[in-house]
Amino acid sequence: MIAGASTPAVETVGLRKTFGAKHAVDGIDLSIRRGSIFGLLGPNGAGKTTTVRLLATLLKPTAGTARVLGHDVAREPEAVRRRVSLTGQFASVDEDLTGRENLVLIARLLGHGGRDARARADELLAAFDLDDAAAKQVRTYSGGMRRRLDIAASLVTTPDLLFLDEPTTGLDPRSRNQVWEIVRLLVDNGTTVLLTTQYLEEADQLAERIAVIDHGRVIAEGTSATLKASVGTGVLHVRLADPADREAARALLAAELGGPIHLDADPAALTATVPDPARAAAAIAATGAAGIRVTDFSLGQPSLDEVFFALTGHPAEPSPDDESAAATAAGRS
Amino acid sequence: MAIDTQRRDVGAAIRAALKPRPQPKPAGTVSAVLTFGWRALLKIKHMPEQLFDVVVTPIMFTVLFTYLFGGALAGSTDAYLQYLLPGILVQSVVFTSVYSGLTLNTDISKGIYDRFRSMPVWSLSPVLGTMAGDVVRYTVSSLIVFAIGFLMGYEAATGILGIVAVILLLDLFAAGLSFIFTTLALLVRTPSTVMTLGWMVLMPLTFASNVFVDPATMPAWLQTVVAWNPVALLVTAARGLLDGTGSAALVAGSLVAPLVVTAVFGPVTMALYRRER
Repeated sequence: MIAGASTPAVETVGLRKTFGAKHAVDGIDLSIRRGSIFGLLGPNGAGKTTTVRLLATLLKPTAGTARVLGHDVAREPEAVRRRVSLTGQFASVDEDLTGRENLVLIARLLGHGGRDARARADELLAAFDLDDAAAKQVRTYSGGMRRRLDIAASLVTTPDLLFLDEPTTGLDPRSRNQVWEIVRLLVDNGTTVLLTTQYLEEADQLAERIAVIDHGRVIAEGTSATLKASVGTGVLHVRLADPADREAARALLAAELGGPIHLDADPAALTATVPDPARAAAAIAATGAAGIRVTDFSLGQPSLDEVFFALTGHPAEPSPDDESAAATAAGRS
Repeated sequence: MAIDTQRRDVGAAIRAALKPRPQPKPAGTVSAVLTFGWRALLKIKHMPEQLFDVVVTPIMFTVLFTYLFGGALAGSTDAYLQYLLPGILVQSVVFTSVYSGLTLNTDISKGIYDRFRSMPVWSLSPVLGTMAGDVVRYTVSSLIVFAIGFLMGYEAATGILGIVAVILLLDLFAAGLSFIFTTLALLVRTPSTVMTLGWMVLMPLTFASNVFVDPATMPAWLQTVVAWNPVALLVTAARGLLDGTGSAALVAGSLVAPLVVTAVFGPVTMALYRRER
């Protein structure tokens, strides 16, 4: 640990990146504590991937500065690369090779000798429950296996900072839980993790602090508790047996919960923002007492859409051109 | 209970795998390039069919031209095969070098290049390593063409030494030439564009040459073109090495074009690869 363990793992000031006329990252200030998990939350095209690519030295900032583990990304990219690992949004493993060959490749590039590289690959394959598939081409792997291999490849030498770009997008719940477990173990081990996600639940489960980004800017930053306080603790979804009761149910819930009630596209469904879970239980009991039959109800966390709506007053609209597509186009045209 | 125990074990295995340990110094330039070359060889191992795609056309040409036109062009099919085979070798290796560009184009658009570029190794080593691995591809496609030739009755007057010398010469030529196609690969969007543009360059170069027929019967202007055509110079040098009429001057002459291409397109490839994506 050189450059002082007290400096933040990531510190950016006015970080900006433009592709042609598009401001992909439009002045981002971040400070990420060492040993923590930091979540970048936002819809497609918000600038999450571009931010990660700037911090991983794949892109050069148009303006502003970024220091990673005390090193300036523009002036000392080599020093940054020695101590970070990147698990990209799109599989950053070679589909044509086997799982084992992928890890041996990375280990050799990081300077392990032949025998040592193979031993390290086998150790990681076993730890990530991939030993049975070690000799199979990655193209035959399931989404969850591919993700685990991708993360294992980032850990061949334990990085001080790991970038995980949408690590669970497209994974089934079981694989998602495995990835979360791995991230927690990593941080116990002292690694700092910067993850991007479209799911508030994921950021809430893992991250110590969360920055919500939209159109290349941070629109809110804080702990998950402070963010949720600004949005409401949760959302109550109710589905009625008879759509004809919906108006009565709306009035009743509005009175019980004191907030606006949203009528869903489903004619029998309503959604309410809930300031306090205890009142949600009371509200459900009240509908029963009033003779309104409820077939289904759930108390959930606000979705990204609801967070966005609360923070910006407009829904999270993914821009038509996905940010990575825009980045590719800018590079190739 | 059982599940719970297993869960803890997985955690322990991951924890053990993450334990801090002395970390080696990242691979140096040469070792990184060789490692990427090894990756290219693994790809050939896992997808040998790619190699056959490239040699199918030359094999078809060898068979068709020998038996259809051989008698008319050279008096006998045997005599024509002796003339044609070195030309077909050149054609197949030169087309294989388009394939280098094509694979780079598909490869580079994948997420793995982001990982390579975020690693502490020389940033150009993935490209150079892939090109080094391609030399094996060139060698294998030469060997396939030789094998077909021998089956059809081809004989190399200079024996095994001549064959080895020709394969090395072709490897050098194709490695140099491939910088044109890696440049293309980094400029255009899709692999099929690389293929189309490659063919547009190579079809005239291989036909307006001495690959298939002796240029003596061509119009004077075309003879001038053939005399300067780098593919024709290579064919002459390769024929010489195989039938014993070769000379150092012919070999040197055939290597001028790939050297010029490397000097011009090598740096362009590097600059384009380093560009942000």
